[in-house]
Amino acid sequence: MSKNKFAIFCILSTIGIFFYTCQSEEEITYARYYTAGKQLYESKCENCHGHDGAGLTMLYPPLTDTTFLKQNKEKLACYIKNGLQGPIQVSGKNYEGIMPAQATLSDIEIAEIITYITNSFGNKQGFYPYQQVRADLQKCRN
Amino acid sequence: MKRIILLFSTISFLIACSNVTKKLPILGERSTKDTVMNGKTVTDTIYQTIAPFRYFNQDSILISNTDYDGSIYVADFFFTTCNSICPIMHRNMLTVLDKYKGNKQVKFLSHSIDTKYDLPNRLKKYADKLGIRDNQWQFVHGSRDSIYDISAKNYLVAAYADGAAPQGLVHQGWFVLIDKEKRIRGAYDGTKTDQVTQLMSDMDLLLQEYEQK
Repeated sequence: MSKNKFAIFCILSTIGIFFYTCQSEEEITYARYYTAGKQLYESKCENCHGHDGAGLTMLYPPLTDTTFLKQNKEKLACYIKNGLQGPIQVSGKNYEGIMPAQATLSDIEIAEIITYITNSFGNKQGFYPYQQVRADLQKCRN
Repeated sequence: MKRIILLFSTISFLIACSNVTKKLPILGERSTKDTVMNGKTVTDTIYQTIAPFRYFNQDSILISNTDYDGSIYVADFFFTTCNSICPIMHRNMLTVLDKYKGNKQVKFLSHSIDTKYDLPNRLKKYADKLGIRDNQWQFVHGSRDSIYDISAKNYLVAAYADGAAPQGLVHQGWFVLIDKEKRIRGAYDGTKTDQVTQLMSDMDLLLQEYEQK
């Protein structure tokens, strides 16, 4: 009986390993960005925007407005790096606070944060590469 | 059978013990005072209390310690542009406020430590955005010395200006529970949800003390 169990365990783990190694290159990069982004989010964004991305009353906007994130996706890098001063409309409400700049963040860290935010809190917008962030940042001043 | 009886009695003993009304400790410094009554010397313990204060609130109204007479209150120190611990503290404070909304015996008092910038109109904006419309939770502005003095000496919370800090100001995130006699009955880390839960159950205990009187 224990032999059978062992055999089943072996088969299952082989299948597991097979699936794991079969993840595509992009999926692995995505997972890496997401995990790193989560850590950065916790240290840089979570105080105001909350653990669940719900923001705080009218003081800090939520990150759950998928349409806002989609429409402003190429501006998110600028918002994070240079800060943002309202008014902005999120989830149908006007927010007019000041978001502080995070000038020390690197392109890849910003990409990780964007990947995390746009794939959490009910958002599912996929991987955001650092090359894109670099391009976005050059257009900030417009 | 003996074992079962033993187990049963232990359990009932524990249940009985938990029913004994707990009382919150009285914190801070204390001294004694001797008075002679009918030829006998009576020793009283004098507990540390919050000194009288006068501050402007978010409606530019001068409020004082007497506005907190007859209620227990939770005090903290913050500033409106703080983006480190303050948002977490006030997210948690809102939870506490929600629980005691409309309870005349429970109040909240937030002192701004950014005495230069956080004038009453800025406090008003902040309170509005936080959704605070009445004065159960007040946000106050005072002179730098009075705020720093009352935080350190009365509420026992560290708050001071420090050029080396990211936002120039350093402060601790304690929620300090004050009873109707203005004594400190508890201090809780306002950034930790488990401690805020503890604060709420301690507030219930404290309110019970006054019901029994």
